[in-house]
Amino acid sequence: MTAVDLGPARAVLESMAPVDHGHAIPLLQNIQDTYGYLPREVILDLSSETGIPASHLFGLATFYAQFYLEEHGRHTVRVCRGTACHVRGRKIIQDAIDEELGIGPGETTEDRRFSLETVACVGTCFLAPVVMIDHDYFGNFDPKRVGEIMGGYE
Amino acid sequence: MMTDTMIDTGSNIASPEALAALRDQLAAAAEGRRRVLVCSTGCLAIGAREVEATFRSEVAAAGLIGEVDVVQTGCHGLCAMAPVAVIEPYDIVYGRNRVKYIPDVISQTVMNGDVIRRFCYGRDAEMAHVEDIPFYAHQTKRVLRNVGRVDPQKIDDAIQRGVYEAAGKALTTMAPDEIVEEVKTSALRGRGGGGFPAGLKWEICKQNPGKDRYLICNADEGDPGAFMDRALLEGDPHSVLEGMIISAYAIEATKGFIYVRAEYPIAVTHIRRAIEEAQERGLLGDNILGSGYSLDIEVREGAGAFVCGEETAMIASLEGERGMARPKPPYPAVRGYYGEPTIINNVETFANVPLIVDEGGATFAESGTEGSKGTKIFALAGQVNNTGLVEVPMGATIREIVFGVGGGMPRNREFKAVQMGGPSGGCVPAAHLDLPIDYDSLKEVGAIMGSGGMIVMDNTTCIVDIARYFIAFCAEESCGLCAPCRLGTVQLEEILNRITEGKGSLEDLDLLESLGEVVQQTSLCGLGQTAPNPVMSTLRHFRDEYLAHVVDKTCPAGVCTALLPVEATSGKEKSR
Repeated sequence: MTAVDLGPARAVLESMAPVDHGHAIPLLQNIQDTYGYLPREVILDLSSETGIPASHLFGLATFYAQFYLEEHGRHTVRVCRGTACHVRGRKIIQDAIDEELGIGPGETTEDRRFSLETVACVGTCFLAPVVMIDHDYFGNFDPKRVGEIMGGYE
Repeated sequence: MMTDTMIDTGSNIASPEALAALRDQLAAAAEGRRRVLVCSTGCLAIGAREVEATFRSEVAAAGLIGEVDVVQTGCHGLCAMAPVAVIEPYDIVYGRNRVKYIPDVISQTVMNGDVIRRFCYGRDAEMAHVEDIPFYAHQTKRVLRNVGRVDPQKIDDAIQRGVYEAAGKALTTMAPDEIVEEVKTSALRGRGGGGFPAGLKWEICKQNPGKDRYLICNADEGDPGAFMDRALLEGDPHSVLEGMIISAYAIEATKGFIYVRAEYPIAVTHIRRAIEEAQERGLLGDNILGSGYSLDIEVREGAGAFVCGEETAMIASLEGERGMARPKPPYPAVRGYYGEPTIINNVETFANVPLIVDEGGATFAESGTEGSKGTKIFALAGQVNNTGLVEVPMGATIREIVFGVGGGMPRNREFKAVQMGGPSGGCVPAAHLDLPIDYDSLKEVGAIMGSGGMIVMDNTTCIVDIARYFIAFCAEESCGLCAPCRLGTVQLEEILNRITEGKGSLEDLDLLESLGEVVQQTSLCGLGQTAPNPVMSTLRHFRDEYLAHVVDKTCPAGVCTALLPVEATSGKEKSR
């Protein structure tokens, strides 16, 4: 296990200064944007730098679905499980994506290319079923095009 | 900027008069222009980026730069026809745009106003123009008036449409309490689902002394099936800001927050850009429009917890805590953000406020029903032809929305129910199609207005499966603080799992009802108090379908795989 470089975390802290308890969530969001996840060493360092108890930061990281405590894939595939997607065939696309990536929701491919998640709703119900890859939306998702669409993300 | 070089854009706007003068100049320059308005928000999910880029390159190739503007706009509403573009000055609506036909669209339609049938609604040339399309004819676009007509990332587009003028009027000619009175007169009720009268809430807030007062815009639109707030933030962020400025001035707040879902990246980008531009122009920040009133608005992104849509959980989250609800009372209007009086209203509520200031509360209250004034935006999705974003006066019937605006069911399938209000709402059956929609009528039939998600269901949707779906959602999203919600939702889910697996009994139906009542009555916050609603409303209106599952061991809709004849289950689905 290689040591995590704390430099970028310190830079985030500096850019947000002064950081108090009320900024704990935006702080973790910026840290995750920087590292791709929340490394344990970084959380401990943030705690000693800000005085926010580490237990509180871990509490936030485990309460909110957005945060990852382990290294994540380079791209995040989010299959919408909203109501409209549910009634317009989400299960079929979930199966197609699970099969294409060889993983299930909550898992990351071995090459760390993709992490797979489900999401409550991405507000694109008019084009259900919907999949999001990173910040891109894919509406009327055609399970036959899974390979082609995933191919666009290295 | 696309605007005339004669117009002074980019500098500080020091007074309402300067704002009005700029609006006149911008409007005169825009008069009669040829514009291609490409939805660059919702339609991005289906190729709008390529369509917009091609319009741009083809306009350049045809030597028409300066004569034709290609504009990135918000949602045109007719999402079923995505990607959608509206062509001005004719107001022709084209859907299903394909890159290869764009040169034809430019030469024939943009330049000459000639209609190309294949892109029209219903592929019918008689339905090319906005006013001829039933989808639009049945609507009243008030709050959505600018969505689809402006580039949301250009403040001059908003100014040209009159945005910020109501703020100018409020801040320079009205006392804060006068605005509260107007909003009370308008009888505007919270559009986030609760339906609490906005003016009354503000008055309560003002009766409570505090060191500071805070204003929070709830843009954590978490209900599955809802995308009204997404469309407003993406398509007309300046009107939301304007509503917040007026509201903050009315309650005399100095700091505002917008708590927006991280799952809405375009909305986040657009609202941040809007705040930047408004600050640059003196419409936000210090001394707004020379009025002496100052307000800062900060954007906070949600972190993936549905419960944060509940106001006390949202405040906890803003304070850097886990999103867990707090007991009410005290309500946030009394003790909110860091213990100070705080107003939380929904995006659509704020977007209504400029209309009230502009026309007066009494005029606003002329539309709608006795208990519900104004219009309501609905997100229409599911098994309906015209999925999309619609705005109708309060009191419109479900039939008008689903069959008039929505164009009815695909392949003429039979309407079964419409789910309203997401995980806190219920399913309204066909028997109530002619119900005029308002806050109170929906409550009577076991649903709620909710934030405005409407999911239309036909006979291929299993009602028991839908109830199970929603309760599973609530069980997963429960914050875990109070036992009735944390444990009750899981028990309800297990009973429903049992029923959909063919192992249910008649006693289970009674158990669902009695347990559901306990969870409703004893949960701490709105999430738990409303979580059983989808179960209770379906038990009330679709008991036969439950009986088919527990007595006959069949699933009439053919969804619950454990209850299907063996040969039909070869492509076995996962349970969730």
